[in-house]
Amino acid sequence: MHEVKTESTLSSAWSGGGSPFAMGSKKLGMWLFIVSDTLTFSALLVTYSYSRLTNPDWPRPFPIHPAIIFSTTMTVVLLASSLTMVMAVMAAQRNDRKKAVLWILATMVGGLLFTGLHLTEWFNMITKEHFTITGNPDGTPLFGAVFFGITGLHMTHVMIGVIYLGIVAVGYGRGKFSAEDVEVNGLYWHFVDLVWMFVFPLIYLMSVKY
Amino acid sequence: MDTHAHAEGSHAGASVGTNLAVWVGLVAITGLEVFLAYMELQPTVMLTVLVVLSVVKAGMIMSYFMHLKYEKFSLVLWLVPAMIFCICMMFIFFFPEAFRLLQMRPH
Repeated sequence: MHEVKTESTLSSAWSGGGSPFAMGSKKLGMWLFIVSDTLTFSALLVTYSYSRLTNPDWPRPFPIHPAIIFSTTMTVVLLASSLTMVMAVMAAQRNDRKKAVLWILATMVGGLLFTGLHLTEWFNMITKEHFTITGNPDGTPLFGAVFFGITGLHMTHVMIGVIYLGIVAVGYGRGKFSAEDVEVNGLYWHFVDLVWMFVFPLIYLMSVKY
Repeated sequence: MDTHAHAEGSHAGASVGTNLAVWVGLVAITGLEVFLAYMELQPTVMLTVLVVLSVVKAGMIMSYFMHLKYEKFSLVLWLVPAMIFCICMMFIFFFPEAFRLLQMRPH
């Protein structure tokens, strides 16, 4: 790993040197945010898991075709946007600003596509299948609360992430932000992807209509 | 942005090939999860298998995409066990109490 002889590396990490984890404060702050947000989503998903297992009349509104195919496409889109974010961070570390901005824009397209697909799915569920946050025709009304609650909180994270990406793309393109800012932005985006890796199987694949 | 934090903030991560391989792995595990959905497993079995696969995917994303594998190990020791501990506490306290209350429910 690239070592820079600074105050942090010259003094012992365990004696509370300038930067015990050899990273800037923004990145460390983002890691702390990610840990706290992980616990928020964990609490929601644990509550969901309990509700899912203990309710025999849990609705199964997702047939393999088209609902699961559709949500799998959303998952692949989000995963692809994570890969473009990795490319953006790598370009920023090479100080290739033009390519980094292009990769960030590609990530934003992925995020917007995901949000568009998700809103389409919500629209169809609400208008055609009559699923709302307080009730549905297929079973326990709890389903609407957990489905719209968890996926809605995740979609909010995606939309905030797209705005964050836009701000970083402009700032980094103009030379106001550094490669570290792009990397911190990347941490947030990968976290949004990581949360979906739990939401997709637990919410969608646990409620498949056969 | 000072140069001190900039130098510290930039870590050499995995190569493009490695990241691509991780991405293909993530898509493949997602495919496996969708395949399992066809098999009509018991909800408890299905939930357990899906959580295990999701934890594997989360580990891949954190290690490679989020560069945790390339950070100082003390950071991993600081963040990950605390997070796992909190999540385990949710399971340890929440589930037994919740199932106990469920059994006490009037039928």
